[in-house]
Amino acid sequence: MIDCLIVGAGPAGSVMAKEMASRGFETLVVEKRQEIGAPKRCAEGITLRGLKYIGIDIHPLGISGRIKGAMLYAPSGKKVVMEGDEMEGYVLERKVFEKDLAAKAIKAGARYMVKTQAIGMERENGAWKVRVRGMDGEMEIKTRLVVGADGVESKVGKWAGLKTVNRITDYHSGIQFEMAGVNADEKYIHLFFGRDVAPLGYAWIFPKAFSANVGLGILEKAAKMKAYDYLKKFIEEHEEFFKNAQPIEINGGGVPVAHFTRMVADGVMLVGDAAQLVNPIHGGGIARAMHSSVMAAEVAEKALKKGELSEDILIEYERKWDEEYGEKTRKLMKLRAFLEKLEDKDFETLADILEGEDIYSLTQAKMTFFLKKLITKPSLLSLAKKYLMD
Amino acid sequence: MIAVDRNKCIYCGGCVGICPVNAMTLEETIITINDSCIDCNLCVKFCPVGALEGSK
Ligand SMILES: Cc1cc2nc3c(=O)[nH]c(=O)nc-3n(C[C@H](O)[C@H](O)[C@H](O)COP(=O)(O)OP(=O)(O)OC[C@H]3O[C@@H](n4cnc5c(N)ncnc54)[C@H](O)[C@@H]3O)c2cc1C
Ligand code: SF4
Ligand code: SF4
Repeated sequence: MIDCLIVGAGPAGSVMAKEMASRGFETLVVEKRQEIGAPKRCAEGITLRGLKYIGIDIHPLGISGRIKGAMLYAPSGKKVVMEGDEMEGYVLERKVFEKDLAAKAIKAGARYMVKTQAIGMERENGAWKVRVRGMDGEMEIKTRLVVGADGVESKVGKWAGLKTVNRITDYHSGIQFEMAGVNADEKYIHLFFGRDVAPLGYAWIFPKAFSANVGLGILEKAAKMKAYDYLKKFIEEHEEFFKNAQPIEINGGGVPVAHFTRMVADGVMLVGDAAQLVNPIHGGGIARAMHSSVMAAEVAEKALKKGELSEDILIEYERKWDEEYGEKTRKLMKLRAFLEKLEDKDFETLADILEGEDIYSLTQAKMTFFLKKLITKPSLLSLAKKYLMD
Repeated sequence: MIAVDRNKCIYCGGCVGICPVNAMTLEETIITINDSCIDCNLCVKFCPVGALEGSK
């Protein structure tokens, strides 16, 4: 019997593997894909602040673009620029970045099996028996702890009886072309808002070394067509960026922009997207995924040492997470609800009244100043109402 | 019954995460749907490229 079986070798899984292996636990990662990290389901953006906060180092080869800020575009094209230390970030090369994380875990002593899919699990004598299928056939692995790092497709939680199914109202439908020949300032990420651009979401350009991730996420309830159609329209309507651009890769995916699932069950912990740990405003989940694994490993260590892996013990992980992110996430959910009520003219107004720093504050869940701003001017009253009414 | 158009599917796995009865699985590039499907069409609504089609 092993100590820890991790399902999924994304950022959450490989950080968990490194944390567990370096504590001396017998750790195995199964990843169903034959290549870790590809194809990506991601625009690959991450802030330096986020990385530093959770103490993750990235190999330089995993970094494809260096960013110093963001440009936000209202539907009319009106632009707000966000800059400053907090805005600095990378656009990663995820298939290199994820292999880097896996290599670090392997160096710490973790074992990996790729092209090996977890297909079911059963509880037996206080341990889990996980069935996996790979090139050499099916086998069973007995483990004291199962970590579901299996992303939005997560089955581990479902097998353990947790309600992890995403809701269509809280699950962005994402599509992206990685394109060569894009003409956009490569020191910035570019974000585009508007009901006809990306309903209840946004479109983006994230510049990389010799390409750019161009994509968008939408919510189905407000969409008149598929995300793919919105993306084609977006590219057609922005000759200034895409006149000579051509796609070199197509990506997509679901982004869970609400977190409601429980994160533990007897002998089971969920990390990253499997537990819907994504920033509900911008949909960034890489940093949170890695941070959740750092937290989960601290609790798993104690539990494994005590030999007590019940839900009651593992729940400390969920509590830690809530302490750190609960309040902020709840505020950001409120902001998300507000943003979902905005029409194109409201975006124009916001572009007029907000500076880059204001928008940064909002993304950090600091809202009081915003409300003050809205209620001081009669012309902003309709916005204030949208903000205040649930 | 849900039909998958393999010319369109970009195997992003997004649909798997929204299926209420865990009927879908992505294996490398192939989406499979088992008999427990209840034809709720949520996956159809979600799919970013329109690769899924319900029977209705
Ligand atoms: C279009 C799009 C754009 C995005 N852009 C950004 C961005 O710019 N910045 C950002 O921070 N976040 C972004 N995200 C979110 C980010 O990609 C995720 O939050 C992040 O990948 C979560 O990491 P994870 O390790 O939890 O899951 P994943 O990276 O999804 O990894 C899960 C792994 O588990 C494997 N797996 C699943 N089931 C099994 C099984 N049964 N057996 C074995 N292996 C299995 C999968 O193959 C996969 O490799 C974006 C998402 C999308 C869809
Ligand atoms: S959501 Fe659509 S494109 Fe993505 S895997 Fe499912 S069927 Fe394929
Ligand atoms: S129609 Fe509903 S039940 Fe059937 S595969 Fe799609 S999401 Fe699952």
